[in-house]
Amino acid sequence: MNIVMALEMAAECHPDRIAVTSGTQRLSYAELLHAARTAGNLIRDSGCRYVGLLDINSCAAPVAIFAAAYAGVPYVPMNYRLTKPELEELLARIAPAFLITDPCYVEPLSLPVGIRVAAREDFLAQVRSGDAQMTEAPGTPSAVAVQLFTSGTTGAPKAAVLRHENLMSYILGTVDFAGAEESDATLVSVPPYHIAGISAVLSSTYACRRMVQLPNFDGAAWLKLCRDESVSNAFVVPTMLSRVIEHLAESGESGALPVLKAIAYGGGKMPPQVIEKTMKIWPGVDFTNAYGLTETSSTICLLDPDDHRTAFDSTDPDIRKRLNSVGKPLGTVEIEIRGTDGKPVAANEVGDVYVRGGQVSGEYLGVGSLLDAEGWFPTRDRGYLDRFGFLYLDGRADDVIVRGGENISPGEIEDVLREHPAVSDVAVVAVADEQWGESVAAVVVLRDQARASVSELQDWVKQRLRSSRVPTSIHFRAELPYNEMGKVLRRVLKDDFRSAVRAS
Amino acid sequence: MKTLKAGTRLKSAICDTEVMVIRTRPAEMLLCCGGIEMIAMDGGKSAGQPDPAFAQGTLVGKRYVDEQDTTELLCTKGGKGSLSLDGQVLAVKQAKALPSSD
Repeated sequence: MNIVMALEMAAECHPDRIAVTSGTQRLSYAELLHAARTAGNLIRDSGCRYVGLLDINSCAAPVAIFAAAYAGVPYVPMNYRLTKPELEELLARIAPAFLITDPCYVEPLSLPVGIRVAAREDFLAQVRSGDAQMTEAPGTPSAVAVQLFTSGTTGAPKAAVLRHENLMSYILGTVDFAGAEESDATLVSVPPYHIAGISAVLSSTYACRRMVQLPNFDGAAWLKLCRDESVSNAFVVPTMLSRVIEHLAESGESGALPVLKAIAYGGGKMPPQVIEKTMKIWPGVDFTNAYGLTETSSTICLLDPDDHRTAFDSTDPDIRKRLNSVGKPLGTVEIEIRGTDGKPVAANEVGDVYVRGGQVSGEYLGVGSLLDAEGWFPTRDRGYLDRFGFLYLDGRADDVIVRGGENISPGEIEDVLREHPAVSDVAVVAVADEQWGESVAAVVVLRDQARASVSELQDWVKQRLRSSRVPTSIHFRAELPYNEMGKVLRRVLKDDFRSAVRAS
Repeated sequence: MKTLKAGTRLKSAICDTEVMVIRTRPAEMLLCCGGIEMIAMDGGKSAGQPDPAFAQGTLVGKRYVDEQDTTELLCTKGGKGSLSLDGQVLAVKQAKALPSSD
């Protein structure tokens, strides 16, 4: 079981179908297979132990994923937005490595010993025209296919390890081989270093679906590419969908996308207002909410298009709220919610989300496997299953505020503050408290021209939630710090509170 | 006769068919393609044609299961022979369609 099997099957069944379109460049499945085998040879001969990718999306990304498998070494895409010291540290961790990159990303760096740089365009030209001698991928199903440095919103990056058997278990469990129509095209706007960027390549390849890459996302460019390339499917993170509908509202442009059949979203919490607006704009589009983690080889739960429509059309609050759910587990994985005693809890009770299945790796380099004796992986997400079996998430376990022994989820306080007419954005974090251990603090972004005092916002929360939920301190900021996947950097906000305490 | 294992890949001895075992039961069985026992990926091919009783062909990407649904194979390369387990021809499994999530 090796990820190259997906490409070999696609190239045999649909050799001339376009695999990837990136600007003016394109590769058919036969060309992608040829380039991956040629590059695999080159990498193996170089003696490198990793294939790194430090770049935006291009045809080189799918080539590199499969080339690493042919060379029998892990593929390591890295975030090009990291700082110079961060990148130098990651590169030192993977040397000796074959690094595919745009020279603009490596020029400012002091490269560690053992990094062999291959400029993206030269690399592509070389492997497209070269002689593909290699045909078999080496190694066993348990060999490492991909190593991803986690985003580290709360600490230093850890290297999550995904084996061929994990990734192929996900693909074989969720994708119908050659299930795509000749005319189908999926728009890939997530960066190559995100798990969704990896699964986009593997799923599309196995479905024999054309990938259309959008390397630098903005709402207008996304809409234009949907039209220009007759896009039928797209995956977005919630922030991207917000930007698209904001752009439509501001520009007055028509949102008509007659060819678009389906939008899948994931990678963060979808605000209910955004999905409801989006469903109104495109009533004919199938929406799927996909919940997954890097450590689970992408999606483990789906809220499918029928679930979306049922919830959207319902006036029953128990069904309507499904638009906030991440759906039900895939047939090939199991989900369990556990309480503080480690035992499964009843329906509707919030606890820690555990997952088990062949696609779950749950393993970090240098740390080992986090799976328990029965194979369950602690996702560190909090959540509950309702009586219908739908999973609702309630933030990260690490973000829970423990105030005098009481567990408080930032999400419920953020939801209440976001309803305040003057509030445009908000994040709630834990701060150290002498009396309670931890207490609730909020960082608020006000709308343009709007005003609200600290005491007014505290009263707003007090009227709606228990008194323990009222933020003891509130800071105002012009905007919240987000990473490029739309996740709030809570660590930065906590540091702000800490330094404010020290300064006073 | 062989005990199969999930993840194992095998090829036909007499046509282009290749398969991967998706799931199976822990027992010795005779897995054939074209009526001849399937071999390891690095094994040598035999001359000859598929037995006409086992010559309906295989299609790449299709899943094949036995009647008791204990064993499932994924065809990774199509060929002229049909797959059979202990003499029983395997049937194509109907795919369950999941929405694309990435």
